[in-house]
Amino acid sequence: MSAPLIEMRRIERTYVMGDTLVHALRGVDLIVEAGSSIAIMGTSGSGKSTMMNIMGCLDQPTKGSYLLNGKDVARLSKSQLADVRGRMIGFVFQSFNLLSRTTALENVEMPLMYQGVSGRERRTRAMAALKAVNLDDREDHHPNQLSGGQQQRVAIARALVTDAPVIMADEPTGNLDTRTSAEVMAILQGLVAKGKTVILVTHESDIAAYASRVITLRDGAIIDDKLQTPIKAEVAA
Amino acid sequence: MNILSTFKLALRALWRNKVRTLLTMLGIVFGIGAVIAMVAGGQGAQASVKEVFQSLGTNVLIVSNSSNQSFGAAGGAGSRLSITWDDMAALEAEVPTIKWLAPLLQARGTQIASEDSNWNTQVNGTTATWFRIRNWEAAEGVTFDEDAGNGNAKIAVVGKTVATQLFGESSALGQVVRIAGQPYEVVGVLVSKGQGPMGDNDDIVVIPVKTYQQKLSKGLGKYIQGQILVSTEQDNQAETTIARISAVLRDRHKLDTTDEDDFRIRNPAEFAKAQQDSTERIATLLAIVAAVSLFVGGIGVMNIMLVSVIERTREIGIRMAVGAKPLDVMTQFLVEAIVLAAVGGALGLLMGYGAASYMADYFGWKFFFPADTAAIAFGVAGGVGVGFGLYPAIRASQLDPITALRYES
Repeated sequence: MSAPLIEMRRIERTYVMGDTLVHALRGVDLIVEAGSSIAIMGTSGSGKSTMMNIMGCLDQPTKGSYLLNGKDVARLSKSQLADVRGRMIGFVFQSFNLLSRTTALENVEMPLMYQGVSGRERRTRAMAALKAVNLDDREDHHPNQLSGGQQQRVAIARALVTDAPVIMADEPTGNLDTRTSAEVMAILQGLVAKGKTVILVTHESDIAAYASRVITLRDGAIIDDKLQTPIKAEVAA
Repeated sequence: MNILSTFKLALRALWRNKVRTLLTMLGIVFGIGAVIAMVAGGQGAQASVKEVFQSLGTNVLIVSNSSNQSFGAAGGAGSRLSITWDDMAALEAEVPTIKWLAPLLQARGTQIASEDSNWNTQVNGTTATWFRIRNWEAAEGVTFDEDAGNGNAKIAVVGKTVATQLFGESSALGQVVRIAGQPYEVVGVLVSKGQGPMGDNDDIVVIPVKTYQQKLSKGLGKYIQGQILVSTEQDNQAETTIARISAVLRDRHKLDTTDEDDFRIRNPAEFAKAQQDSTERIATLLAIVAAVSLFVGGIGVMNIMLVSVIERTREIGIRMAVGAKPLDVMTQFLVEAIVLAAVGGALGLLMGYGAASYMADYFGWKFFFPADTAAIAFGVAGGVGVGFGLYPAIRASQLDPITALRYES
């Protein structure tokens, strides 16, 4: 059996805030196999954001080891970590985080720039990613000319364009209505079907219901870890 | 990330804030423009000062009556005359370092006339050696030879300006010019010397000194109502010659050791040197002021880049999230600052060039475009971009992606 995609051991993360030491994570163990969909739940302050930041290589643990695709990323330099992020992780944020006054196509192309991909290939791959989220007819639109759902789909295309195995979705439907949320979740489920690993960070149980595994955090520790049959996102006609 | 993409990104970011980019650039444009204009102007001014004094002749000393207050001007009514024609002869005999010596009587604002034109000019009465001291030859005809210079014929050598004013396009040679009612034959037209320290060198009529005395001073007299021009054998003999002349004149005028000189000896070369030194000092000062304005322009670049980094904190966060390394972010902002400064520098170069040529035109200087200064200024503009862009760029690259992503503008 091959090594799991994500293997976290005794992960601790402490912050110094003023005079006090905040333990955001207190020894978390987590193994995630490739191609699964997991939801990380918890109230605010439970440590789920810290968890996501560390899993997404935006942050590093104070203690413990984190093997991503078999490689220890817990002690990498900022620059090496950026490189791992670019190749391994695609981010989808609650507030979309697209560059304003920049076309959809250019937003999607951006991650490839940092991998030294040539202009022509960037364009081809970005168009393909936009097509995968059904937005290839909106390539020239700026974010402010797109609806919330469309913006989030551009963001998903940006996460897909590097062919990263992990998609980190932080409250991806937090700014969307129910119908659009279902659309976005359907796309994410489609990605899981194609072998991507989707990690959802959410505090809404009806969003967590789309995942096959739900992990609940409280006070920096996992208090619940259960497998479930995900409900299928239905796109209303 | 390749440099071409970085470059495009920088241009786009600058283009997005056109007005801000333009205003920031102006600081550099004026800074570089001012440096180039000031250096070019300084060089032009120095060259023209040098040229002006060279037109006076080299190794020249001027001996005059003490009452002559203004440089080169003949004494007016009430001048105390002290130098006699005998003094002049004595100087020629007793001062061995004197190569040439010529009396110079001058009448400014003299009305002269041809058949159909008249003109107000300066009439000089002198001898043949004066032309040699001033290293001045005739473009047409002749200057005075020994006999003509010492004689009292009614002949005149005119400057280019006078020739043109009186006779237009036709040749002045052989024509008659009336000075104080008397007809003079023009025997020569001088080579043009352009502007001198006292104005137009070519606005002049030269007649033999004896003729001058008889017709304009009304009588020969004992005293020289003007000055003596002296040229030395060697460049470095000015001081010894001045000392010797002074000794001879003091002795002849029977002055006690406590008496002040009743004559003046001036060295135009020294005056020229002083002029040049002061021009150089002013030029240096202006260049420093210009450099300060360039520095201020650089601070403007830094200021705007800092604002830009703060405004684009979230963009930086997004870029980092999708794989931008700190070096990528730093390069992006640094290249932006360099492009800003370099484009500003190029425009400044054009502006400096324009200003320098306008100044040269306006002040009648030779046009100098200081290519070396221009190259340095352009390099400095780039350096300003790097120097003042580095700190904002480093700040951008040191941002924490998590904080940056959460930043609300």
